[in-house]
Amino acid sequence: MRTLAILLLTAAPAFAEGDLFIYTWGEYTPPDLVAKFEKEFGVKVHIDSYDSMETMIAKLRAGGAGYDIIVPGDATMQVLIAEDMVEKIDVFAMPNFANVDEKWREVYWDPKREYSAPWAWGSTAFAVDTAVVKGDTSSLAVLFDPAEEVKGRINMLRDMNDVINMAERYLGVPRCSENPDAMKRVLELLETQKEWVKSYDSETKELLVSGEAVVSMAWNGYSMRARDEKPTIAYVYPKEGYTGWMDNVAVPKGAPNLDNAKAWVNFVMDPENAAMITNYARYSNGIKGSEAFIEPALAAAPEINPPADAPAPEFIPTCSPAATALIDKVWTKLMN
Amino acid sequence: MKLHRLLLAPSLGTILIFMALPIALTTLYSVLTPAQHGGVIWQPSGEAYVRLMFERDIFDDTLSFNADYLQILGRSALQAGFATILCLLIGLPTAWFIATRPPAQKSLWLMLVTVPYWVNLLVRTIALLLMLRDEGPINGALQSMGLTDGPLPLAYNNFAIGLGLVSSFLPFMILPLYAAIERFDFSLLEAAYDLHASRWQAVWSVILPILRPGLIAGGLLVFIPGIGSYLAPDILGGGKTLMLGNLIGMQFQGSRNWPFGAALSTVLMSVTLIALILVARRAAREAA
Amino acid sequence: MALLDTRARDIRNLPGVGVTAALAVAFLYAPILFLMLYSFNDGRSISRLDGLSFRWYRAVFANEEIGGAALNSVLLAVIAASLATVMATAAALAMVRMRVRRKAATYAVLNFPLMVPEIVTAIASLIFFSAIGLGLGFGSLVIAHTTFCIPFAYLPIAARLTSMDAGLEVAAADLYARPLRRFALITLPLLAPGLLSGWLLAFIVSLDDFIISSMLSGPGSTTLPVHIYSMLRLGITPEVNAVSSLMVLASALVVILSGLISRRKT
Repeated sequence: MRTLAILLLTAAPAFAEGDLFIYTWGEYTPPDLVAKFEKEFGVKVHIDSYDSMETMIAKLRAGGAGYDIIVPGDATMQVLIAEDMVEKIDVFAMPNFANVDEKWREVYWDPKREYSAPWAWGSTAFAVDTAVVKGDTSSLAVLFDPAEEVKGRINMLRDMNDVINMAERYLGVPRCSENPDAMKRVLELLETQKEWVKSYDSETKELLVSGEAVVSMAWNGYSMRARDEKPTIAYVYPKEGYTGWMDNVAVPKGAPNLDNAKAWVNFVMDPENAAMITNYARYSNGIKGSEAFIEPALAAAPEINPPADAPAPEFIPTCSPAATALIDKVWTKLMN
Repeated sequence: MKLHRLLLAPSLGTILIFMALPIALTTLYSVLTPAQHGGVIWQPSGEAYVRLMFERDIFDDTLSFNADYLQILGRSALQAGFATILCLLIGLPTAWFIATRPPAQKSLWLMLVTVPYWVNLLVRTIALLLMLRDEGPINGALQSMGLTDGPLPLAYNNFAIGLGLVSSFLPFMILPLYAAIERFDFSLLEAAYDLHASRWQAVWSVILPILRPGLIAGGLLVFIPGIGSYLAPDILGGGKTLMLGNLIGMQFQGSRNWPFGAALSTVLMSVTLIALILVARRAAREAA
Repeated sequence: MALLDTRARDIRNLPGVGVTAALAVAFLYAPILFLMLYSFNDGRSISRLDGLSFRWYRAVFANEEIGGAALNSVLLAVIAASLATVMATAAALAMVRMRVRRKAATYAVLNFPLMVPEIVTAIASLIFFSAIGLGLGFGSLVIAHTTFCIPFAYLPIAARLTSMDAGLEVAAADLYARPLRRFALITLPLLAPGLLSGWLLAFIVSLDDFIISSMLSGPGSTTLPVHIYSMLRLGITPEVNAVSSLMVLASALVVILSGLISRRKT
């Protein structure tokens, strides 16, 4: 009845009633999940993709890009809420919210979960080829104080924040540091390491599988893909800490199909549906009970089940302008 | 309205409205203050331009000279020059070859050169890297034939970057050169041959005037985009340096300093604009 | 001996020209053949073969996003290249054959799109288009692509006109009274290689563009490069190779078809 009232009141064009426009990373949305939603709700789903959070923000800021669903990362989500660019849809009150794992309910980027639901989460650390790299690999020293056989065969992600965060952990410097002296040490460490780095490349899987790199910074999902093709690849949760990230489902301000968007948000918090995401994208979801529907090999994968003694992932908000300026400076000098 | 104005109006109008006007806006951004999450605050500031050459001390606010950005500009210009020369060396003979084919084959050859460009540059560049690297098919073949003991360092160096630049820009040189020399009257050249003693004299006196417009066009089409390009060094060079293209991109993305990005781009545009006007003036003088 | 002598004098057979051209073509096609091979990979790798299959082609045909993106890209490139070629031809005729005041400045404006870094064009256009109330989508993509394609079409066409002997057109002017007929019968056919070069360059530039398209596309108008870049986050699979191979196949068909047509004409 309420939906009917909304439909009558908004007087949207007839075709818009049955559409949902999703704006997300490429190949991130399982086709079977889309088919199931379309069948259940009689809605046609359209997917467009972005290559970076900045592109997405720029388009939303320019006003009404016409999307119903976006999938921002944690830090981006915080910015979108602060700048009033997402709809308050009271996710916490949705029927399926009860399925959300307690640890993803009170998060820094959306403390009351008024705006967003979990989609998938993962971590950024590094992977080693255990056939070449012997001994204890639990420390970032593998990358920053490499053994002879590793020198010249290291790959780092081509992402200034990820690289600098990792160097900061090795040196014990806090993330988003505004201390120029500390950042100078970070630069010195990275400059020393650059001699031994083969490439700064985010396509890490092919590098590891081919043996071109024997140690590489990696996302856990990528590392799992690499292990599928080369069993000696192991993902490491370094003892100095590592970055965690979560992508969230949210609705941009002015979404043309708000009801369908809300239906989607509730839909992805269902355990069976969330499991589809994990099976397809190979990243954990944040939904209790989804384990039962995840492929057994995947559910047991070391990449998404950190060992008991591993530190907790660190989620990092957007740095202050002063800290960002220092990061920019370090990266520019490193790449000069 | 005069005919020439009518002919120029659509292209000039399109560029002025949909390119120059928006760019003028972003140029304005270069003298504003960056907003925290990207974008600008409408508060005038000259900081972006100061930063091009100077580093501000965090403690006492004094300025010291900083050559980082000049180095990046220099490196990018060098890369563009390198790309232009390589494309010229390979493109000129290729264009010449195509222009001397029988008439029915010419456009086929031309299209043949552009077919690979239906594949996205990123995908082509990654494929090139996969071929060149230590574990790639080229090194594999060389080693299995017993020609080399270990892998040759083909990837992650300037050689690889050079190949990447050629694969990025080659048709931008070939096509204008071909357009200029196609249907060149070769009997003219033979006549020149009979008159002049040396082959090179013949080439210079007869061919160069025909070739020049194509050389200028091809040179501009490779050199100017070459300054901003960065896929070849990023992927084939191992991503160990910054080019102007990714430096500017970085300011609009991760570093969230739009005014500085706009300032860098304004400087780049001014330099190329001045160079272009000089080229145009010279070309006009010679034609007159 | 005499035979050898004329051969050596024939400028058409400059030594090394054919070899260089062959090498250039081989160099351009080598990565394409390499990536085509891996489009048949049974595994997920784009550099290690785990048996052959059509798995990734099936994936492309089942994937509405990637297929739609490829169609968007081709359609956009055809429209933008054609519009840019028409405008550039008109501009080149004026610039090369007529007296234009402030020629250097006009020349600079025509080539201005070349000089702006892509990311700046992208952001400036995004802000401008939304400020004037032009929504994001296929329409805004056509406008932006046409604009930045103009110099790529203009430079080869103008180069052709400059090197073309104006004598024929002048002779024609003496014979025919009407300039339009003169243009259609003399100038246009002579200009053809320039038009083809200009159109092809504009086409491949539009087809390859990623940054501007990613900022200006709206719902339903994602292009293939935007889709491919967005896949980097989760890893490139041979699906990209498969869709790229299909693009090459489509373009090869166009080439063969135009070859057949031109053969019938002659």
